[in-house]
Amino acid sequence: MGWLLNPTTTGEKIADMLVAIALFVVVMGLILYLVDRPRRVPNWLVALAFAGVPLLLLTYGLVRSALITLWNSFFNRNGTAFVGFDNYKQAFTQGQFQQVLVNTAIWVILVPILATLIGLVYAVVVDRSRFEKAAKALIFIPMAISMVGASIIWRFVYEFRPNQPNIQQTGLLNQVLVWIGLEPQQFLSTQPWNTWFLIVVMIWIQTGFAMTVLSAAIKAIPDDIVEAARLDGLGGFGMFRYITVPSIRPALIVVLTTIAITALKVFDIVRTMTGGQFGTGVVANEFYTQAFRQNNQGLASALAVVLFVLVIPIIAYNVRQLRKTEEVR
Amino acid sequence: MTTVDDDVAPVVAKQKLSRLERRAIATKGRLSSPWASGIAILLAVLWTLPSLGLLVTSFRPSLDIRRSGWWTVIPDLFQGKTAFTLENYDQAINGNATLGTFFVNSFVITIPAVVIPITLALLAAYAFAWIDFKGRNVLFVAVFTLQVVPLQVALVPLLRDYIQLGINGSFWTVWISHSIFALPLAIFLLHNFMKEIPTSLVEAARVDGAGHVQVFFRVLMPLLVPAIASFGIFQFLWVWNDLLVGLTFTSAGNRPLTVAVAELAGSRGGQWQLLSAGAFISMVVPLVVFLALQRYFVRGLLAGSVKG
Amino acid sequence: MTTRTTTRTRRRRRMLAAGASTAVAALALAACGGGGGGGGATSAASQYPIDCSAYKAFGDLKGKSVSVYTSITDTEGDAQQRSYKAWEDCTGVTINYEGSREFEAQLLVRLQAGNQPDIAYLPQPGLLNTVVNDFPDKIKPAPQQTADNVDKYFSKSWKDYGTVNGKFYAAPLGANVKSFVWYSPQDFKDNGYKVPETWSDLLALTKTMHDKANGPVWCAGIESGDATGWPGTDWIEDMMLRTAGPDMYDKWWQHKIPFNDPSVVKAFDEAGKVLQNADYVNAGLGGIDSIATTPWTDAGFGLLDGTCELSRAANFYAANWPAGTKVGENGDVFAFYLPTDQTDIKPVAVGGEFVAAFADRPEVQAFQTFLSSADWANSKAVATPDGGWVSANTGLKPGLLASELDKKSAEILADPKAVARFDASDLMPGPVGAGTFWKGMVDWFTGKSTQQVVDAVEASWPKS
Repeated sequence: MGWLLNPTTTGEKIADMLVAIALFVVVMGLILYLVDRPRRVPNWLVALAFAGVPLLLLTYGLVRSALITLWNSFFNRNGTAFVGFDNYKQAFTQGQFQQVLVNTAIWVILVPILATLIGLVYAVVVDRSRFEKAAKALIFIPMAISMVGASIIWRFVYEFRPNQPNIQQTGLLNQVLVWIGLEPQQFLSTQPWNTWFLIVVMIWIQTGFAMTVLSAAIKAIPDDIVEAARLDGLGGFGMFRYITVPSIRPALIVVLTTIAITALKVFDIVRTMTGGQFGTGVVANEFYTQAFRQNNQGLASALAVVLFVLVIPIIAYNVRQLRKTEEVR
Repeated sequence: MTTVDDDVAPVVAKQKLSRLERRAIATKGRLSSPWASGIAILLAVLWTLPSLGLLVTSFRPSLDIRRSGWWTVIPDLFQGKTAFTLENYDQAINGNATLGTFFVNSFVITIPAVVIPITLALLAAYAFAWIDFKGRNVLFVAVFTLQVVPLQVALVPLLRDYIQLGINGSFWTVWISHSIFALPLAIFLLHNFMKEIPTSLVEAARVDGAGHVQVFFRVLMPLLVPAIASFGIFQFLWVWNDLLVGLTFTSAGNRPLTVAVAELAGSRGGQWQLLSAGAFISMVVPLVVFLALQRYFVRGLLAGSVKG
Repeated sequence: MTTRTTTRTRRRRRMLAAGASTAVAALALAACGGGGGGGGATSAASQYPIDCSAYKAFGDLKGKSVSVYTSITDTEGDAQQRSYKAWEDCTGVTINYEGSREFEAQLLVRLQAGNQPDIAYLPQPGLLNTVVNDFPDKIKPAPQQTADNVDKYFSKSWKDYGTVNGKFYAAPLGANVKSFVWYSPQDFKDNGYKVPETWSDLLALTKTMHDKANGPVWCAGIESGDATGWPGTDWIEDMMLRTAGPDMYDKWWQHKIPFNDPSVVKAFDEAGKVLQNADYVNAGLGGIDSIATTPWTDAGFGLLDGTCELSRAANFYAANWPAGTKVGENGDVFAFYLPTDQTDIKPVAVGGEFVAAFADRPEVQAFQTFLSSADWANSKAVATPDGGWVSANTGLKPGLLASELDKKSAEILADPKAVARFDASDLMPGPVGAGTFWKGMVDWFTGKSTQQVVDAVEASWPKS
């Protein structure tokens, strides 16, 4: 049975994979079968059958890790001495960490709003057009590119060469600047704008997500509503403002929330493009740097806890939405 | 029914419009004006240009890449000076004798890491959406909140356990880890989709004597196919493009493609132009998957349900 | 506080990546080094005969295996593995080698989780410090045999970098030599210039060249993507070693003297004699401020077309030259030791890896001992037919090294007067050594005064 844990050939690997899926299907099937048998099963038991395994996994993998992190945040760099709130004090008072918190806030506000807005506008303008499929695929491509790929792509956009004879710009953006007679810029090292240029990369990637989900939501708007509105003389921007946007409000909230949380956890872009240098650090990257470069577990954990706290407003808003929906039901 | 807005908003909106406004708005209909086309084309170009640049770059000789921008191939093309080469691809594919193995590894990692969390999330989302039990909302908010736990935080605790269980380095660790990391978002999104299914449909099935399991499989699943397809592709992309989880948990023989591609640059990063070829090689699969599943998006996430 | 784990690997990777060094250039090390010839190695298959009896003391090791985790990948990694072959054959131990570009972060992840390799090659002493202080139970001190080898084959300063809190842990492996000035041998011959023996000579030569060329003669560049500034710090470090001496140098990075100490200002000003003199820089590239924006990887290219005559860069700059460039005493470009006015010592700014062990099984200790021996250094030289590798091991036979530059590096390292000092910015706390010090260099070239720069760096030094 060694191949189950240690497959060496392609055949064994694929067999391994099939075993995993089969095992999973059998276990879940059995649970559901059992709960479906007796007619009168209490609701909580049914719920447990449906949600038990995922909840167990989440508790084990994430809740426990979060608690360990919380615990560590009150200890020194390698967990040998209790330091109280020192790590938090450092995170909030030292200039470089304050910068990290400010940057994170900028990411969380700008990325979801811009990505959603652009995605929405695009979804609306290509909706039911002849080239819809191709047009959507184009915006979606960045989603399919790995972070390594994305960072190389944008390095080619931002690349800087001094403006001197015999030297050609190799970065597209700087070439454009030179063409229109401006000085080339060091986009990634000039503060504070460099953070904004990193954010552009994230928006570039996330717009595909927003566009896809919102486009689907737009398609789901009942035709009769659209027709009725049109008969009422609504068109163009009016249709967008009074029919489309209100109808897809739930989807909009979902998209904004998801992207906001993704932006909060942004890690790869910052790490591969600037390594958090030149004042571009964000919390998730700084956590990684502190935990696995500087090996300062205490400070890293404190930063992660700050991240949990930062998300409370987003959660609160979603809970309110949830309540509203419940009331209507 | 879905939310307040779906049913009320259009009515409200219509009332809000003054007679003047209505007249002002032409009866032409959709945003099919030249403006709309202009915006669409502009966005499409802006979004495609960077990738196009990389694509062109991946076919250029390494010295050219360093000396001039990729757009210079266009004027050069007319003068017949452009030199394209397959060298980057050749080196990326043949320089690494085991690239095929990494492809297999990526598939073996990705398929269960998509199937398992989506199935689990569907079941959990159903419980949160349609089963009445105590503490349901609190639990759901808790699950939703877990989205914010960055996976970096969980790397060390999980790895420590895998070592103690003696399964470290195997595919099982990646499947479990990816499933855990995917669940909060998957449950949150699928729950929202499920909520939008009209209560009447579910009630009707219940009256017919269907239990929860039957309602789930017979009523909800067929309606959710587009939603599952769309979330499926996102999960596929995240897992396929993941570097950190694969790097941390797999042993050398089980590494996914992303790790191999990242290593192409060499220990000093000197051969980074190989990454341009590598990026496109690893992009092929996600793109094919997207194009294959695209028809589901066009039908809408909840095809058919809304009119039902 | 020990936030000394700055990121040499990342930095080196970055600096090459950002400056767009090419595969051809990296692979062309062969071509570069081949010009000089003279090395014994012609094929990868040839092996250096090692003395196996030295490992009898560790008992019968047949069938055992040792896992090695490093940041050395690719062709350099292949060369590493080849260099173990003879030892594997005679002891029967299998070496499981794994190289990763994510080495530094992943090593700490593995250590925290308890999945540490038997052996890791740490690319800088700062990381060794962190590992010893934070994982005292996991890292093992080097065995006596290894320590004996290091005493025999390495100078004291190298052993000191492998020692933490008085205990010797890690033997040095490979080395980089940073104190080099690149020049064009043809240019020197045509003009009758001689390789300068002292810093004053070098300044005098600079003046002569300037008078003759009627323009700047040095070329420099410190742009390096997210690590912009580091090549400038190397200049300051070399000057600090030459004007204040090794002792003050150590106090400097240990922050026993403030960063704005007069001795540091003096080092800046000494470097400024070249770098802040518009008569001398920046040949073929622009004014003084162009140093800040020129990619370090390209800065020296003026040597090839004659627009520039002198450029200070480390031995690994050899990988940056365009394909077909001959590196050698009679080639297109070559490098000489950045000279000093000191008569008692020859300071050398260096880099290198250190072998840390996380297991004390006999086979692991035997392997540590092998790596610290002259046999391994010579095996590695033979296993690297393309050149681009050198060690501070005095048992290394320079004749076995593949390239002229490697031989030159070995010669500098083995000089009895040589005092090797590690890159100070790698030893300083991360926020300074990989942050404000770099940024300070950019500021220095774009208009700020020396005093303003050193004051700013001092102000950024982490408290506690």
